[in-house]
Amino acid sequence: MSRRLRMWVLALGLAGLAALLGAACFELPDFGGDQHPYGDRAVRAALSHHTANVVSSVNFDLRALDTLGEESILFGAVLGTVVLLRQTRDERHVEPAPARVSPPVRRYALYALPVTLVVGLYVVAHGQLSPGGGFQGGVVAATALHLLYIAVDYRALRRIRPVGRYEVADAAGEAAFVVLGAAAMLGGSAFLANSLLPYGEFNTLASGGTVPLLNAAIGMEVASAVVVLLARFLDQAVEIEESPKPPSTPTSRE
Amino acid sequence: MDDVLIVITLLLVAASATAAVAVRDPVRQALVLSLLGLTLAALFTVLQAPDVALSQLAVGTALTPLLLTLAVRKVHRRPHTRDDGRGGETTGSTESAGAIESAAAKERGE
Repeated sequence: MSRRLRMWVLALGLAGLAALLGAACFELPDFGGDQHPYGDRAVRAALSHHTANVVSSVNFDLRALDTLGEESILFGAVLGTVVLLRQTRDERHVEPAPARVSPPVRRYALYALPVTLVVGLYVVAHGQLSPGGGFQGGVVAATALHLLYIAVDYRALRRIRPVGRYEVADAAGEAAFVVLGAAAMLGGSAFLANSLLPYGEFNTLASGGTVPLLNAAIGMEVASAVVVLLARFLDQAVEIEESPKPPSTPTSRE
Repeated sequence: MDDVLIVITLLLVAASATAAVAVRDPVRQALVLSLLGLTLAALFTVLQAPDVALSQLAVGTALTPLLLTLAVRKVHRRPHTRDDGRGGETTGSTESAGAIESAAAKERGE
């Protein structure tokens, strides 16, 4: 296909997209209007299940199946990263040298680490009450651990981060979500339906039925997934290096 | 007042997004991407979507730039194991992409 023809195909596609988007925009309700049919129904459903954070109710109750899909995407992505970024035969493992860290950086990172970790865990624990939840808090808690890499060096981070256990926790979080969904089925309801537990008192930690449990499962899965993901990237950036090619095996085709 | 805030944050998002495209060095791009995440988080907060803002802050501002810089570090670490005279001074992302490609081609023995 010549360059000219390709440009024509591109122009045709862009024109079609622009026309459709333009037509769709004219049908949209006005920005900031007070008619929110889906929002009203979601709020009503969330309140009937005593879940204070409506977004968590949508994520872990009304549309929990969608969340299972998203969680599986993250799980699959991390699995792919683990497979792709493993140490191959022509690479060698280099022990990272201890690095010198300037004292202000070290002090800041060591103070920020516990605070960030607690904030992350708080956000996970209060997912059913206030903005945030397993996903947001999980990422925060996982990145908090990596402040140790900034404060000290890679070997210190490696010591508090046994990757194998985080891989197990990642799989356990994914499995817990499915098991909780199946448990609802065994209880005589639909998959992932919020019917197992009493809804509890509105706006307390133990409210919302299975929402806090599913939220915690997501928190565990996401935090472990991010730790494993960053571990693979850090290994590649810090530890794994190409072996110098042995001269006895020429690979050139010339 | 609300509208003014929305317009200001939208302009900030547009400016930082344009900067993220215009900057060509991948490491600087990661930093600008972090800034874009911050402005997007502000925009979502102004639009009363704090859950999305938190996700954006955690993933867009912290995680993605971190993964990018780690990837760049890995790519830059490669050349100095070979003596092909590329000391890692890459001026453009297209150029460095070309460098990676040629390095990969060398790898395959072409």
